Amino acid sequence: MAHHSHEPEVVVLPPDKEKIKKLWTVAAILGAITAVEFIVAFTVPTGFFKTSVFVIMTIVKAGYIVGEFMHLKYEAKVLFWSVLIPIVFIVWMLIAFLYEGFQLSDVNFI
Amino acid sequence: MAHAHATTASDQNVWNGGVAPLGASYGKLMMWFFLLSDAFTFSGLLITYGLVRSSHPAFTGLADAFTFSHDYWPIPEKVFEAVPFLHGVSLPLVFVGIMTFILIMSSVTMVLAVEAGHRMDQKAVEKWMLWTILGGLTFLGCQAWEWTHFIVGTDVATKVTDFVFVNGELTKVTKDVYGANLHINQYGPQDFADFFFFITGFHGFHVFSGVLLNFLIYYNTVTGVYNRRGHYEMVEKVGLYWHFVDLVWVFVFTFFYLV
Repeated sequence: MAHHSHEPEVVVLPPDKEKIKKLWTVAAILGAITAVEFIVAFTVPTGFFKTSVFVIMTIVKAGYIVGEFMHLKYEAKVLFWSVLIPIVFIVWMLIAFLYEGFQLSDVNFI
Repeated sequence: MAHAHATTASDQNVWNGGVAPLGASYGKLMMWFFLLSDAFTFSGLLITYGLVRSSHPAFTGLADAFTFSHDYWPIPEKVFEAVPFLHGVSLPLVFVGIMTFILIMSSVTMVLAVEAGHRMDQKAVEKWMLWTILGGLTFLGCQAWEWTHFIVGTDVATKVTDFVFVNGELTKVTKDVYGANLHINQYGPQDFADFFFFITGFHGFHVFSGVLLNFLIYYNTVTGVYNRRGHYEMVEKVGLYWHFVDLVWVFVFTFFYLV
């Protein structure tokens, strides 16, 4: 079924070395942060500090994935903020639910 | 306000009106808003996990003295410490760590496919899409193993007290429990197992659909659909979805396995 006469002429551009290098750098950063998380998991005692370190590292990783891999950093500013601003609802839900959870714990177990 | 024109490689306006709102094509924009709604769904699951976990007592002793019990929430590293072919060796979180690296790598190969698509390089898109599909399938295989291990359980049973009806009377019984499912759990409170299946299952289903979409893109690339179309934007759109799946795993890894 090949209609070779209808195949368009396609100009293939050479690889963008700099861009590809940058993508691998981002991958290395993601890998390194995961490795550090791994070390923290077994060396730092459980508590508020450890959890905060994990949360910060996760947000940094998320920033690299969304900003670089998903290219959001380079999109129009309106699009960037339309995606980012609704995240406040998630933050609010997190605060409300964790507060509620600790209250439930007091009711159930103390 | 930016009035950017989203154009395809053949310099045709994507939106019929001629102007692209937010400087992105219709499909890309809708993918972003779909992913935003999906982010709400996953947040709902993970935050509810946080609620239920914080409403249970935490294990307070030393990690070495930890045993499975229904009285407190388990320490994840004590639950997930098995690795295929290394039976009986305690390797906490190693296998999940490997899975995380696999998903990060497949995210890189995906973004390289997108880059190749911008250059109209059909061969390179094919190569990187295949690597991405391979990464996705490997991850799914790992998850299947992880689930099997979780369901089958450890070598030593946990004594679990339960209430059952004997001759019409509610009686307290103690039984040996191996593994977990939706109504019994050797690792800790029942909710822990339920959330495990729900959260990793919902994410795994996303990976599965991602692999299907990636295969579709690969197929269309091989048959030259995007060359004839004049652009590889579909690779970019499905790429967004695939990166999102990786993004969710980053959060699941932290909040289910690490914390």
